[in-house]
Amino acid sequence: MSQPSMNWTAIDADPRFQALHRKKTLFLWGLMIFSTVYYFLLPIGAAYFQDLFKVKVWGVVNVGILFALSEFIVAWTIAFVYSKKANAEFDSMAQEIINDAHKMGA
Amino acid sequence: MTKSYRNFALFAIALLACTSAYAAGGAVADEFKWMTFAVFGVIIAITMGITVWASKTTHSTSEFYAAGRSVSGIQNGWAIAGDYLSAASFLGIAGLISLYGYDGFMYSVGWLVAYITVLLVIAEPCRNIGKYTMGDILAFRNDPKKTKTVAALSTITVSTFYLTAQMVGGGVLIKTLIGIDYEISVIGVGILMLTYVVFGGMKATTWVQITKAVLLVIASIILVILVWSPYGFSLPAYLQAVVGDSKVQGQVAKLLGSAAATMTPEELGQRFLEPGLFLKNPIDQISLGMALVLGTAGMPHILMRFFTVPTAQAARTSVIWAMGIIGGFYVLTLFLGTGAAMLVGPAKIATVDAGGNMAGPLLAQYLGGGADSMLGNFFLAFVAAVAFATIVAVVAGLVLAAASAMAHDIYVGVIRGDRATPREQVVAARISSIIVGVIAITVGILAKGQNVAHLVALAFAVAASSNLPAVFLTLYWKKCNTTGIIMGMIVGSLTAIGLVMISPNMTYPQAVTKAANKVLDGEPAMPAKDAVPAQERSSFLCELFALNGCKLAAPAKPAEPAKEAKPGTREKLVMLKAKLDAATDEADKKKVQEEIGKVQKVQDKAEADLKKMDGQTTSLMGLDKPFFLLKNPGLLSIPLGFLMVILGSLFTRDKRAETMWDELYVRQNTGINAEAATAH
Repeated sequence: MSQPSMNWTAIDADPRFQALHRKKTLFLWGLMIFSTVYYFLLPIGAAYFQDLFKVKVWGVVNVGILFALSEFIVAWTIAFVYSKKANAEFDSMAQEIINDAHKMGA
Repeated sequence: MTKSYRNFALFAIALLACTSAYAAGGAVADEFKWMTFAVFGVIIAITMGITVWASKTTHSTSEFYAAGRSVSGIQNGWAIAGDYLSAASFLGIAGLISLYGYDGFMYSVGWLVAYITVLLVIAEPCRNIGKYTMGDILAFRNDPKKTKTVAALSTITVSTFYLTAQMVGGGVLIKTLIGIDYEISVIGVGILMLTYVVFGGMKATTWVQITKAVLLVIASIILVILVWSPYGFSLPAYLQAVVGDSKVQGQVAKLLGSAAATMTPEELGQRFLEPGLFLKNPIDQISLGMALVLGTAGMPHILMRFFTVPTAQAARTSVIWAMGIIGGFYVLTLFLGTGAAMLVGPAKIATVDAGGNMAGPLLAQYLGGGADSMLGNFFLAFVAAVAFATIVAVVAGLVLAAASAMAHDIYVGVIRGDRATPREQVVAARISSIIVGVIAITVGILAKGQNVAHLVALAFAVAASSNLPAVFLTLYWKKCNTTGIIMGMIVGSLTAIGLVMISPNMTYPQAVTKAANKVLDGEPAMPAKDAVPAQERSSFLCELFALNGCKLAAPAKPAEPAKEAKPGTREKLVMLKAKLDAATDEADKKKVQEEIGKVQKVQDKAEADLKKMDGQTTSLMGLDKPFFLLKNPGLLSIPLGFLMVILGSLFTRDKRAETMWDELYVRQNTGINAEAATAH
């Protein structure tokens, strides 16, 4: 399959591509940093905040178990939030650029 | 019936017949073994059917390596789950929870969180840029021959470590479950997996992985419903029953030792739901967490899965589905593990397998009605068959990843300079698969009885320290170039491997000998000890390395009363035999005999250890004791891998890497000119 040659520098410089790049970078790094910090709170909490983890809140269910379960909820929520945003926003922004790509820098 | 169908059917029957002939012992009782083999037979038949079907559309390279990029997002999500949930996570984590409670569950979290990295920064760009391998991604803007060589070496290293762990673990598992000889299991698994890969390529591998994931999820859901429903699906009511169980309380008392003396049974039970029974070193935990979170995204067999879908959007969908399935499965293991602890009991689980791997299978047997019931053994057979499917599915994915690096990167890319004909490429792919498969079988047999637990952690650590920094910085950092990639990958992987070689993961003969002698001869009486004040560590480096003059932080210890001498197994056996002679009642005799059997087993193991270590005083690396104190090297090797890519890139210039940046960055974000799906 022969692929049409593109002026990649022109696409890269296009304000729409720059807007997509800025939006994506901010959003992805925000989520990434949040999820990393939230994940490492678990081993740190289990090691250094055992008294807190041992507090019973729901019958025998303690803070530690709820926190570990919340890790799953948070991971799923991040996946959901990202896919919503990407499906609704990033994909259509990219599609616009794709549609005009062969004209850019011509 | 076509000829190929008949050949596959005959082959499957032959394989089954020769395996059943060698089965003796194991968790499944002999009179119920036919049932296990029947379920195994059904699974082998299904996967062979898949292979025959897939082989009809597996002709081109894109079909062999990437299933023609025709796998849908949802299918790929199931396949990723099937590729990722190895026997270690399926049986191992349920086992850890059944023995250590909370810590086992906490351990499972990192395996899911890892997919956030995959989702946010790896899956879509890789789909947009890559073709078949990690080497393709790196070669996009860097020197193709050099980066493909390093990428292929790293891929083969990571896959071989993981593959060896899977082969050895699988062989032991099948032996423990149904008593098939270790060598026969390894060869059987190897031949089956090679059949899928060589004839059906990625398409067969994908569908074998999907089948396995579906079976695994069904089995887990059924077991959890049976465990949880008596408590009306209430979490507090269920966990209340777990902590109130005397077997669970006994296990905690055993783990805590003398500290348990002052605790009430309720406190002991509750302790099962609190951290600290298994994972003692938080720095090691963080190091492992780093390797998981960054290593998963650098695992070649996981990366490869993203080349099988038609678009970046489908890659996104597949990670979302994979996260749902994998996370859901780990939540279920909380119930499988605690259920096994409550119903079967940690003591019984540990006698069948010290690592707890039999928790899930034993729970299944119990829920079906116990060891003597038909249904109980059917449940056990089903779980054993799922474990078997798990091993072949994971191994097939790994072999395909290693073979693609060998054939596509090294042979086609480097040796033939990308001028191989399509036919030649497919032949190279098939031959490479056979080579990797034969190596896996050979290494699996040679590594019998070896300590391979560290190989999984090592595979993740190398992937996180070598593959991920290279892929990540190639995709996101403009200045990244060939020299940086090569330096980072070599230094990252060698550091990870080197640190593990001097870590507590290795076998240290003096420690093993000492422990074995303690088992055999017992412990002498100890005089009372005075209280010890808390100690501060001398420096952070001391947490990582066994340096001279290091003191580790330790909490204050209360004074301990004098301890009586503990008898060793030799002494115990003499006492028990005297007891047996004195016993008159048949029931008593039987009980003592059982006791003797247990002690004898422990003694045999200690004696075997002594024999194995005879004459050795140092580890493979010539050390008396570990020099690097963590089991997971990620904490040091991952930053070092990143640093080397950055330094190497900053100190050299690479015209091609710079000029290709715009194209790479636009393409990875938009998917323009991405490899298209082949129509069928």
